[in-house]
Amino acid sequence: MSGPAQVLDCRGQRCPLPVIALARQLPELPVGAVLRVLADDPAAAVDIPAWCRMRGQEFLATVPDGPGYDVRRSR
Amino acid sequence: MTGWTVLGSLSAPIGEIPTPGRDSVAAVSPTPVNQDMATAAPTPAHQDAPTPVYLDAATAVPLHPVARQALLAALDDGWADPARLYTQARRARQLLDAAREATAETLGVRADEVSFTPSGTTAAHAAVLGGLAGRRRAGATLVHSAIEHSAVLHAAERHVAGGGTAHAVAVDRLGRLDLTVWAEAVRTPGVALAALIAASHEVGTVQPVAAAAELCAGSGVPLYVDAAQVVGRTAVPQGWSVLTASAHKWGGPPGVGLLVVRKGTRWESPWPADERESGRTPGVLNLPAVVAAAASLRAAAADAATQAARLTPLVDRIRARVAAEVPDVEVVGHPTDRLPHLVTFSCLYVDGEVLLHALDRRGFAVSSGSSCTSSTLRPSHVLEAMGVLSHGNVRVSLHRETTEADVERFLAELPGIVAGLRAEAGVVGL
Repeated sequence: MSGPAQVLDCRGQRCPLPVIALARQLPELPVGAVLRVLADDPAAAVDIPAWCRMRGQEFLATVPDGPGYDVRRSR
Repeated sequence: MTGWTVLGSLSAPIGEIPTPGRDSVAAVSPTPVNQDMATAAPTPAHQDAPTPVYLDAATAVPLHPVARQALLAALDDGWADPARLYTQARRARQLLDAAREATAETLGVRADEVSFTPSGTTAAHAAVLGGLAGRRRAGATLVHSAIEHSAVLHAAERHVAGGGTAHAVAVDRLGRLDLTVWAEAVRTPGVALAALIAASHEVGTVQPVAAAAELCAGSGVPLYVDAAQVVGRTAVPQGWSVLTASAHKWGGPPGVGLLVVRKGTRWESPWPADERESGRTPGVLNLPAVVAAAASLRAAAADAATQAARLTPLVDRIRARVAAEVPDVEVVGHPTDRLPHLVTFSCLYVDGEVLLHALDRRGFAVSSGSSCTSSTLRPSHVLEAMGVLSHGNVRVSLHRETTEADVERFLAELPGIVAGLRAEAGVVGL
């Protein structure tokens, strides 16, 4: 498994902005690619996995750096 | 008013009691106040402003007419210190005793198990810290659900800061306690107290209190139940050792809490010694407010089944219509095993604070668990524990004055308000 194809830096932004940025950027990537969202708003830890569930995208993991959230475009 | 007495409001059969309107900021303001500021309800800023619709009962319910009447009468009659030995004090003592008897009868407990506190928060702090102190020989662990009220969690933090431990038990996506984890947690050696909210104040999901209590009893662990959202609304669950509630959640005045400690419970006051309220809560009580709280609890409890039957379908309607008519919305909490009056949903890509202000401009008073609406800028720990969307969150909670027309107006306006905010933010079609 490879690392993220792209990193989206949303540090300093408050929710829902990191989720909106994720929703805008993910369709730009090919299916199967991984997008890493860096977001320091604590709400992102809840809302990014919730968005993945609502949109049928795959939430992979939280990474400590950022913190960051890896999302795979699955459709 | 003929025949009405404050003692009667605590003991006579429940009846409809009319009430005059009064009270304003003017009464406490040293200078004349702007007319717009003079009423408690939001005043329309201009002629075509919408009629206010108050939908935040889970925070505070508008004062019940019985509470208003009892409060006014008790201000004249119950100002003396009930602990003193003269006529005025005896009158105050009579009111306090009657308030305690009435409350105990409504809750199905003994009068000497009931204490009044200066708030629901104080009662919750005392329940947790007193329950732990009374069982310090058994251990120093507090087991609690991950979705307790912040008053309980803050008391738990105090306990941990003092060297104790706290174990939060998870809930599922619908906000229901994980009973398997709970069972394991309470039977671990060293557990002094377990705490479980009767029903979530944020998402309305009713907790399996009876089953949780049985598991506690099996390990000899006392259970504290925060019943703030159920007292005066639904049947109070069984099996607990300590229970708390808050008067402004049932239509009583703000500033009165209930702390109920069952006989035989090892509970020790965490406060400096004081002889009032059986030593359970220090300081002189706001007796007129206590009397009003007790009188309105009787009235609310007598009307609870009727209100639940009326509000449950209105909440069902909100759940169904919001899900159907607002795109990209997550309605959270258990669909059926829930409080009769409360519903929560989150709107994708919408800022919770902006949504609250937009609703307020249209006359709707609601609350939110979104991080931007909290002073700590953290999302609601309840939404976090459930793993549901936390931004764009709205909690709607109904009360005895909420009409079907209020709900219909909210449902008619909400989709347009959300769509407008999404268009402004440029997030349509994401």
